Amino acid sequence: MTTETMSIFSPKLAARLDALVQRYPLKRSALIPMLLYAQDEIGYLSDAVIDEVAARIGITPLEVRNVATYYSMLRFKPAGKYNLQVCTNISCMLRGGYDIFDHIQERLGIGHKGVTPDGLFSLEEVECIGVCCWAPAMQVNYDFHDELTADSVDQILANYRAKAGDPQNA
Amino acid sequence: MPRLVSHPDEVKIVTRRFGMGAAEIDRYIELGGYESTRKCLEKGPEFIIAEMKASGLRGRGGAGFPTGLKWSFVPKVSVKPKYVLVNGDESEPGTCKDHLIFLHDPHAVIEGTIIAGLAIGSKMGFIYLRGEYRYLIQIMEKAVADAYAKGFLGKNIFGSETEFQVVVQTGAGAYEVGEESALMESLEGKRGVPRIKPPFPAVVGLYGGPTVINNAETIASVPHIFAMGGAAYAAVGSERNGGTRLFGLSGHIARPGIYELPMGYSLRKMIYEVGGGIRGGRALKAVVPGGSSTPVLLPSEIDIGMDFDQVGKAGSMLGSGAVVVLDDQTCIVEFALRTISFYAHESCGWCIPCREGTDWLKKSLTRFHAGFGTMKDIDNIQYLAENMMGRTFCPLGDAAAMPTIGFVKKFRKEFEEHLGGKPCPFAKHVEVALV
Repeated sequence: MTTETMSIFSPKLAARLDALVQRYPLKRSALIPMLLYAQDEIGYLSDAVIDEVAARIGITPLEVRNVATYYSMLRFKPAGKYNLQVCTNISCMLRGGYDIFDHIQERLGIGHKGVTPDGLFSLEEVECIGVCCWAPAMQVNYDFHDELTADSVDQILANYRAKAGDPQNA
Repeated sequence: MPRLVSHPDEVKIVTRRFGMGAAEIDRYIELGGYESTRKCLEKGPEFIIAEMKASGLRGRGGAGFPTGLKWSFVPKVSVKPKYVLVNGDESEPGTCKDHLIFLHDPHAVIEGTIIAGLAIGSKMGFIYLRGEYRYLIQIMEKAVADAYAKGFLGKNIFGSETEFQVVVQTGAGAYEVGEESALMESLEGKRGVPRIKPPFPAVVGLYGGPTVINNAETIASVPHIFAMGGAAYAAVGSERNGGTRLFGLSGHIARPGIYELPMGYSLRKMIYEVGGGIRGGRALKAVVPGGSSTPVLLPSEIDIGMDFDQVGKAGSMLGSGAVVVLDDQTCIVEFALRTISFYAHESCGWCIPCREGTDWLKKSLTRFHAGFGTMKDIDNIQYLAENMMGRTFCPLGDAAAMPTIGFVKKFRKEFEEHLGGKPCPFAKHVEVALV
């Protein structure tokens, strides 16, 4: 396949995606993982990502879009470097999930689906993330943070800021 | 990292290896792992199905269908390949049991998948986890790679002539994909909308082949059944409800967490003894016994055993075993609104009663909670919800309607207290966006 030379992805991801389509009885089963892994690297599903994924699977970009728009984790514009996903569903709500969400809104000065001007943080109110017994909880990118309090949230934000300021993580 | 909790009343079967490092394959083997698979490989499908039927294991995803019976429905001979599908899309609000299984005992899931494959004559299994569980997907992928390296998976499992392959699949955020046919659509690279049934998955499932699909907890229970024997497993639970269940206590409970208790364990004891009662010594107002889709129970209704039949008789459902506890400071209207908002968000939009019904209920309850409801709205909410029941291809419509009906019926007085422009007596979070 010509994607080896034309891929917009890193060689590592391109190799991973090459392997992915081999795993299934039907190539198309690789579509959703492929979109998510591409998003992890590029940041969002750009037109170029959608075109390349479509070519790899052998379907049209429109078909890819049709599927991608269904899944809440897939996005079509960039999020912050650290995407905060705060659960406010029932188990979290009962233990102060909305207070946590409000607290972060206040701290960052952004609302649902907002991104800070420096691009460091983005915020989302999300549905149940499966940590109900350790509520309230949020996910930052893929990392879970549970049993949150206003103080622990401040500490978590400070840690991510420090991480971003560290040249090794820049 | 999710905390593990413990209580003397627990019967640790599925959670037996939690916190013991069993995610490492050598440790898992040291703890008796993969013996059940060897036994099943030697004894064959008829033994497996007979033992599964004897165990009384019923589907832990929520429907409670007997697992052995489900497996027996798969035709012995099929032109198309057969598949095993493990549902780890765990998304029902309140539910986080599979989270711990993937974290602490991924090889039990692999073993259960192989055994299901042996039972139905399948050569391939898929373990589907919700996309948010990325770190658990990595744990599962490592476990699968280790099992291949040991020869427990592949062309000749355990040196036999039998082939079995396992693929770990990630989702990308969709509650609806937890519905079995929607999960198959998603795994085929499509939008996660349900299929029309019949045909049922046992006949026409993934890629059109006969498919067994089970919840991750169901699958993780399987190796333990063969380790202790089907009859012994059945004896742990209550009548027609074999074994244990991973109950998740959340909400206003003093000691939230996942507890493994025998099927039929008293709900009252679960709340007041295992969970340590209501947080801050408050009074109990209501319990949602099996995840957000199950109708609410009043404090006067908690003297029941937690199994599929007894909770059913009490007018609710055991569901996913997620017990959400509400104290006397909770606004039921707000809780009902948050519940229906979830279903409105997650409705795939295919069936009109669900797509329009959930949205309409959300709008009505939003307006109601903000103090702009009328007496007639209360009846309308109930009427609308009742008319969604049984009118959709998949159970999401029912899952949205059932709790709503329960809240209106059992807390009508509280709905009435929100009438006449009065602000909500409890809530701080009044939605101001009127519709």
